[in-house]
Amino acid sequence: MANSNEIYIPAEKFRFTNRNDLQHDSKFSTKPVSYFQGAFRRFSKNKGAVVGGIVICFLVIFALLGPLFTPYTPAEYDQMYAYVSPRLNLFYESGLDFWDGYKVVENSYSLFLKDRALAQETGREIIKRNEYEVSEDGSTYTYRYDTYFGVGFGKYKTISPEEFLDIQRYQNETGRQVLYPTVMVSKRPTVEKNKYDANIYYVMVNPNGSKITPKLDLNGNIIPNYWKYEADSPSPLIPEYNSLRIEGEDGIWENGKQYYYAYGRKIDGGIEVRAEYYEYYIYEHTQKAKYDYDDVTEPLFIFGTTNTGKDILACLSYGARFSFIFATVVAVTNFIVGVIWGSIAGYFGGKIDLAMERFTEILGAVPSMIIISLLKYHMGPSPHAHMLVLFIAFFATGWIGMAGRTRMQFYRFKNQEYVLAARTLGARDARIMFKHIFPNGLGTIVTSFALAIPSMIYSETSLSYLEIINLEAGSITSVGTLIAQGKDAIVNHASYVALFPCLFLTLMMLSFNLFGNGLRDAFNPSLRGSED
Amino acid sequence: MYMFKYVMKRLGLMLFTFIIIFTMCFVLIKLLPIPVNVLPGQDPEIIYKTLEGRGWITNIREGANGVWDYDRVPILIQYGNYLKRIILHGDFGIVTTYTEYRGHNIWEVFTSHMPPTVLINIYSTLIGVPIGLGLGILAALKKNKWQDQVINVFIILLISLPSVVLALLLQYTICFKLGWFPLTMLKSNAYFTWPVFKSMLPPVFALCLGSIAGYARYTRAELSEVLTGEFMLLARTKGLTKRQAISRHAMRNSMVVIFPSILSEFISVLSGSLIIEKMFAINGVGRLYLDSINFQDYDFFMLLSGFYALIGLAAGIVIDISYGFIDPRIRMGAK
Repeated sequence: MANSNEIYIPAEKFRFTNRNDLQHDSKFSTKPVSYFQGAFRRFSKNKGAVVGGIVICFLVIFALLGPLFTPYTPAEYDQMYAYVSPRLNLFYESGLDFWDGYKVVENSYSLFLKDRALAQETGREIIKRNEYEVSEDGSTYTYRYDTYFGVGFGKYKTISPEEFLDIQRYQNETGRQVLYPTVMVSKRPTVEKNKYDANIYYVMVNPNGSKITPKLDLNGNIIPNYWKYEADSPSPLIPEYNSLRIEGEDGIWENGKQYYYAYGRKIDGGIEVRAEYYEYYIYEHTQKAKYDYDDVTEPLFIFGTTNTGKDILACLSYGARFSFIFATVVAVTNFIVGVIWGSIAGYFGGKIDLAMERFTEILGAVPSMIIISLLKYHMGPSPHAHMLVLFIAFFATGWIGMAGRTRMQFYRFKNQEYVLAARTLGARDARIMFKHIFPNGLGTIVTSFALAIPSMIYSETSLSYLEIINLEAGSITSVGTLIAQGKDAIVNHASYVALFPCLFLTLMMLSFNLFGNGLRDAFNPSLRGSED
Repeated sequence: MYMFKYVMKRLGLMLFTFIIIFTMCFVLIKLLPIPVNVLPGQDPEIIYKTLEGRGWITNIREGANGVWDYDRVPILIQYGNYLKRIILHGDFGIVTTYTEYRGHNIWEVFTSHMPPTVLINIYSTLIGVPIGLGLGILAALKKNKWQDQVINVFIILLISLPSVVLALLLQYTICFKLGWFPLTMLKSNAYFTWPVFKSMLPPVFALCLGSIAGYARYTRAELSEVLTGEFMLLARTKGLTKRQAISRHAMRNSMVVIFPSILSEFISVLSGSLIIEKMFAINGVGRLYLDSINFQDYDFFMLLSGFYALIGLAAGIVIDISYGFIDPRIRMGAK
């Protein structure tokens, strides 16, 4: 119905009062920041967390690639090279007194002379730069001692006649001296503990005493006690030898007669020789078929060796690799089970929740040590069984925390309006749970996931330290076992055995803590903008 | 009344949980073969008779070539026998396979190993609580100043340092390099003499350094939150000095949360730290526990497992209950 008072105003007559006053919705000049973008931005502002993340990356890379830097595996050991100091070729060649494979020793006069004699015979720098300090009363000599060459000859070694020939072939091909002249049995020390010591090649002051002090000639030189024979009348006990000789091809001339040194002694089961262990090690690893698979060219232990002569770098990197893989697998399992359990308990609530809560409460109250020892009793002592024990035990108690956190997040979000809206629109329970509620709680849950990994590695380490769990098998080992060995090594002045695994563990815990704290803050939207 | 009901309910639940754990342990252990190790020159019949006397086996018979055979008593009946002896006589059995204490009464061996563990724990609490609280309070009062930064770095370092590493570091520096203390704790019962006390100090330090960091962090967080509360502003406007306001209002309020955690930690470390006990060779409960696992001395293991489970449960319940006693605002169980 038309209004009589209607005034007709044509459209053209309308105009804006002010052209500049256009009341459009103004566009945001900034880009919208999603939850995860914001979280990432907050995270990258936290320097500690970023550094922690980088260190974690390094540790993971070390665990994954570490085995490539060492030709050894934790299964290989060489008792001769027990407690060998760490040596990095870079520092060794530069001559710095650091990471060079030497260690400072305080020895008695006779041990000092023994090292000196060894250095003189083999031409190795066993006493670094030949520098030593004598204590005021002259009883102790302090010097830097090469733990690699200092091993010297070890004990007299018995090899087969074929090997004896093969070593000679090797010596002639490479020009390296493996075998050194041997000492006649009657001229060796008589005391039981020195009898088999192949390093005593010199004339001793008292061959029947327990001291191994060498007799010095008038010029203060060591007198070799080599077994020599006349060139034209070899003893039947001495195997034929025509390879490199330390005295030269013509032997030595004494009193107008030509003598040769004996480089071996025929005994039952082969030939007894004095082989310099360093050279023999190289020979063994490069020439013998059974060692062909390893890439060892010379003994070199970047992190040193343990009391059984295992390469620490190998033990540590294989142990770390196992720890990381194991912890991640357990954490993922815990995550999946915990999230499912927690979301059911949290979403449905009521009686279901109560029953589920009681169950987790009782399970969570069982000390994990009890679970582990009971499982250990039932599964037997093999390392693979122990691995399974560890997995079950960490799983049995680990998922409960995750479930509790998920449950709390579900309680927080399930009564919010948007969930109600989704339900009104007909969304099924599963959709509401995992599409609408779960992503909101993801931040907290991911943080606890990140913090679960170091705590699991730490538990695993402690349990192997306590020797409750023994994972030593083949190429699998644990950092905790290494720490336990390191503790014993301290009294043997080999603190590096403990140093490297402790450093690894500390760095890992520290960086995961920083990383986890950063993650927690980053996922907390209430901190948004607070740091600007 | 509400309080009483609540406490009773919690205690009942705790007992229920404990019985479940204890029974589960017992059943799982009894499913294992019985370890019988006969010493040379020992009559195996005596060992089997002992086992029969304890109610584990019955119907012993010696077969041909000296192999002994027996029937096992049903587990539930064994459990009944076991509980009856514990309740009526306080008898937890005798040590069977743990060589060092073979033939001793388990309960006596257990109690004789309590003092070192408990003493080290008490010393560590005595040192740790005041220092931890002090550092936390200082950090909260000087928030974001240099004192706070230094304490924070200290806290994060100590918290991240695994106790294995911390203990090893202490042992290496103060015991081995500097030689101030013996490497391990002396094996002596004279706990209150100077040499033994001195040898206990490194493990005490190792134990308390970790808890100092924990207390400091907790106190700092709680106190700095309380300090921002509006009632603090009110206290100041009423004319209280800063010191009065902090000590009478802020401290008390933050203690509501801190005190139960101290109590609970005290209880939970009563069981000792296995790592520190092993590192410093302390002749305590932790060592017994590790050895009973290794020797498969099942009766011993049962007692110690029960002890550890009980301690864990008690530590949890103490937090909940003490809240109600300390803070009148929290009325648990009230509608």
